[in-house]
Amino acid sequence: MESTRYVVIFILILTGAVAVGLTGMREATKSQAALNEDIFNKRAILTAVEDYLPDGQKVSQLTDDQIVEIFSGMEQPVVNMQGEILDGVQAEDIDMAKERKKAEEDRRLPVYVYETGGQKFYILSVRGNGLWDEIWGSVALKSDLSTVAGATFDHKGETPGLGAEIKDNPSFAEQFQGKEIYDDGEYVSIKVRKGGAKDPNHEVDGISGATVTADGVSEMLYRGLKYYEPYLEKIKQQSLLLNQ
Amino acid sequence: MAETAVKEKESVFQFGNKERKLLSDPLNDNNPITVQVLGICSALAVTSLVYPSLVMAIAVIFVTAFSSLFTSLLRNYIPKQVRMIVQLVIIATLVTVVELALKYLNYPVYKQLSVYIGLIITNCIVMGRLEAFSMANTPWRSFLDGVGNGLGYGIILVMVGVVREIFGKGSLFAGSPIELKIIGPNADYLINTVDSAMFAWYANNNLMVLPASAMFIIGIMIWIQRSYNTKLVDVS
Repeated sequence: MESTRYVVIFILILTGAVAVGLTGMREATKSQAALNEDIFNKRAILTAVEDYLPDGQKVSQLTDDQIVEIFSGMEQPVVNMQGEILDGVQAEDIDMAKERKKAEEDRRLPVYVYETGGQKFYILSVRGNGLWDEIWGSVALKSDLSTVAGATFDHKGETPGLGAEIKDNPSFAEQFQGKEIYDDGEYVSIKVRKGGAKDPNHEVDGISGATVTADGVSEMLYRGLKYYEPYLEKIKQQSLLLNQ
Repeated sequence: MAETAVKEKESVFQFGNKERKLLSDPLNDNNPITVQVLGICSALAVTSLVYPSLVMAIAVIFVTAFSSLFTSLLRNYIPKQVRMIVQLVIIATLVTVVELALKYLNYPVYKQLSVYIGLIITNCIVMGRLEAFSMANTPWRSFLDGVGNGLGYGIILVMVGVVREIFGKGSLFAGSPIELKIIGPNADYLINTVDSAMFAWYANNNLMVLPASAMFIIGIMIWIQRSYNTKLVDVS
């Protein structure tokens, strides 16, 4: 048995050395790790408009530099719940997880405006609850501000093979293409229907065995896209004025 | 005969029969998963795709190898009262190194493995080897023992991953640069189930995506292993 003195000194030296080593390593890798995370999130957002990328490219084929370039060329307004564009902040600075913890009226909403070949896409971010944990996604609207150009979803801890299919199975997100969130000017959002879509314009097929996750997606879309309604109305009015 | 030959050489990095056995034993006769039945939790959780399984296997090999090495180097100085805490500090440090490295090198895989990298700390294989072997053996042999046990764990992980990915997703190495799409319902796959008359009935097995399927696969592996390696049958 070693003396208590020896034990204390041994532990202090060991943990001290470990702490210094790990802190050094963390500091050395910090900026690259943050950049990797940033690009990972940007790829996810861009997947919503994957079908409209130049030359039919896929998001996975783009290099990290190209991703950064696309995003730096994008208009990235941040709007509040009244639809007013906030100054001095870019959409990519917004952390949706943090915004969700705020009171509803204080939330800030990121918008990514992707322009290609004369077409404008508005990529909106939504976040809600699945079965086990948070789910989130991006929805790209065409310039009529109703038709969905593409959508992408992700989750924190849904069941693999069931709820996780919202991300793992590309055909789930593909169903959203061409759906409309407005019905004759009235906001209806898009619903994930158990047992198969009935309304071809506003519903998609659910995933069997994942009812709660699917309901979570419906709720997330309804509430999340509704937040953007004041902003979408404003753009519509602006474009009406321009056309006159 | 071989043992006298080993004793004559007093080099630190000798590699004789005993050392070779340290590497090869955990691959079959003393496999951490199929014989000792350790490290099952992560073997069930991360094996739905081959690529994350492979990364996990490499991470565990790194941790077992170097925690064995460092524990063995310190074995004469570690106070007996707190030896487990010291082992845990060493393991936790290496796991944090793996986590930081993965964030730096391959963020998507880091996301995919999520908590399971952190949970290498609780993997019984690592601490089991430190207690059973490294505390009483030289650094070089402890290192080999660590590599061997990591490999034994990793091989099973990748094998389970291959089965689960082929039957659950119809692909191999999804998420890596060498992704191979084998069977599925569109033209990207080698066997297109929509066009091919022979495979029109085929659908991915959704059970394979769930962790429970790994339990069955590991069970079948244990069965196969014991049916040809009969000396294992009465061991446990």
